[in-house]
Amino acid sequence: MMNNIPQIPIVEWADAFVDFLRNNAQWFFDPLKEFLSTIVDTLSDVLIAIPPLVFVLIMVGLTVYITKKKWGLSLFVLFGLLLIQNLGYWEGTMLTLSLILTSSLISIVIGIPLGIWMSRNKTVQSIVTPILDFMQTMPAFVYLIPAVSFFGIGMVPGIIASVIFSMPPVVRLTNLGIREVSTELIEAADAFGSTGTQKLFKVQLPMAKNTIMAGINQTIMLALSMVVIASMIGAEGLGVEVFRAVTRNEAGQGFASGLSVVILAIVLDRITQSLNVKKH
Amino acid sequence: MYDRKIKGIIWIVFNRGYISKYIKYERGECMKKIEVKGLTKVFGKNSRQGVKLLEQGKTKSEILKQTGMTVGVNRASFEVNSGEIFVIMGLSGSGKSTLIRLVNRLIEPSAGNVFVDGEDLARMDKNQLRETRRKKLSMVFQKFGLFPHRTILENAGYGLEVQGVNKEEIDKKALEALKMVGLGGYESQYPNQLSGGMQQRVGLARALANDPDILLMDEAFSALDPLIRKEMQDELIELQSSMQKTILFITHDLDEALKIGDRIALMKDGQIVQIGTPEDIMTNPANEYVEKFVEDVDRSRVFSAQHVMQRPETIDAEKHGPRVALQRMKQAGISSIYVINKNKKLLGVVTAEAASKAVKDGNKDIYAVLDSDVPKADPDMPLNDLFNVIHDSPVPVAVVEEEKLKGIVVRGAVLAALAGNEVNDNDE
Repeated sequence: MMNNIPQIPIVEWADAFVDFLRNNAQWFFDPLKEFLSTIVDTLSDVLIAIPPLVFVLIMVGLTVYITKKKWGLSLFVLFGLLLIQNLGYWEGTMLTLSLILTSSLISIVIGIPLGIWMSRNKTVQSIVTPILDFMQTMPAFVYLIPAVSFFGIGMVPGIIASVIFSMPPVVRLTNLGIREVSTELIEAADAFGSTGTQKLFKVQLPMAKNTIMAGINQTIMLALSMVVIASMIGAEGLGVEVFRAVTRNEAGQGFASGLSVVILAIVLDRITQSLNVKKH
Repeated sequence: MYDRKIKGIIWIVFNRGYISKYIKYERGECMKKIEVKGLTKVFGKNSRQGVKLLEQGKTKSEILKQTGMTVGVNRASFEVNSGEIFVIMGLSGSGKSTLIRLVNRLIEPSAGNVFVDGEDLARMDKNQLRETRRKKLSMVFQKFGLFPHRTILENAGYGLEVQGVNKEEIDKKALEALKMVGLGGYESQYPNQLSGGMQQRVGLARALANDPDILLMDEAFSALDPLIRKEMQDELIELQSSMQKTILFITHDLDEALKIGDRIALMKDGQIVQIGTPEDIMTNPANEYVEKFVEDVDRSRVFSAQHVMQRPETIDAEKHGPRVALQRMKQAGISSIYVINKNKKLLGVVTAEAASKAVKDGNKDIYAVLDSDVPKADPDMPLNDLFNVIHDSPVPVAVVEEEKLKGIVVRGAVLAALAGNEVNDNDE
């Protein structure tokens, strides 16, 4: 009985779709690639050009300022980054950092407005939510295939795959944060004659700020988790070191480069979380 | 000559709105600040059908059973006069919170009108509605509705800020409003640094800062503890009498309604059951529901001396002496008697003891035995205050208006009234 149903040609459809886009949408992909690679190259050039010691001191200063003098974390930043430099992964770390920052920035620039739109419109929410679920649950490797088809190999397809994989949290949490603002505050804003824009910028976004920041933090962490995967399609950075160690079965190299990723992750995570501390 | 006539006609045509308002004013109709007509809210998918069913006389529960829709407010109509505190009172679920939100259209009405200064809020477009909310209606919320990320000053100035007023003026007016509610000096704090009572003062200041004609207060004092609540009620009454705002006040607390309301509307199941002055509602409950409601109210707040006073036994100082006084007391079976003059002016009281002593001594001058230091009460003195006066007084309390004796109150009558017995209708 089951055998009588012909196989549904999802494979062929997907191939045809990707082929179609590759053949007909290069007018869109080429300038996009140009644009993204300019951003990420500039960023990585700048980061690499800064002498490591200066960069370490800047990061420590930033940590002290943002965390309001949490000395423990500041010391961790100091010694963690010095360790990376000592292990010889400094340049890889800077490349990875520029990849993460670029893809997170794109996720935020697209994600926050999308989250705001979702929060104001039920239809948009019910359309976007399953798409976000899809983006998050589809194995991340799968994104590499069309990304390579459209953008070739290098940093840019890595950024694209990272954006797709890491954007959902910031969208979801922006939506959630705005919807969580208590009815009475929304009523107060309305009752005093706020326009929609005034309500958004004077009440909803400030009130949702902490939740949105948590979303940004999650997005950055997910982008970082894509680093090794992105290295498989030629994105430079720490991921390359990890991937090489895996293919050559070098446990020591694997641990050292993996440790660098962990240090970078902790630094980014703690700093973005500190931005979130309640003031009042 | 002809020209002037035409000019006159043109003037009339262009000013007909003003003229009709003037005529209305002359007739006393312009007193209405808010006029609510047949205001209805049915929550559900097909509210129009719900409205129709209501018009056919279906009840709230029948409609819920038949269509699954909830009737929030069922054809409410009332008027609020300029400068009046109008209280809408009902238990939770009676629709009072929905009703107040229909008035400023935080909730979209299913049917009916809300006229504010003769303009129908329910038919306004977005911009008109926003303007009306900014200029005429301010709201105070049960849980204060303060913005936690803004300072007290920024909270108070919010209404002006959204109108695009310049910063300097916002701060000046917000500060004025804060001082008015007794919160000068807290401008740079944040809401969570303030107590509940203070937070609600900020809520009130925010509502007053843009100087609206109308305050909508949604259970504004319900979240406060009893002592603070009483204080706020007193202050609201004071504010109202000095600023002459029109106030629509929602509460579930009948004591509160009776205390601050000039008139009260009682709601049940989305319908207004009775509208009247606190006294109307207490003395003539429109139906069993109101009666039940009113039963366990603190009667000491509603009834005053004039409701429990009796016709006094008196003697005229110009005609009668101690002997007559004693005689009268014996006849009436009382132990003291009030002395007045020809114009009913209260002179004092004579006790049986003093009178009989004077008779024995052969003293005929009533003034010699008269005690002019008598406990007095205003006809409007509430029962609980009256109780304090009467508590340690050996003689009945004299109810005095413009120095004339209107009646007396004996202890038993106050107790009876507090216990819920019928009170005398002693209007002269």
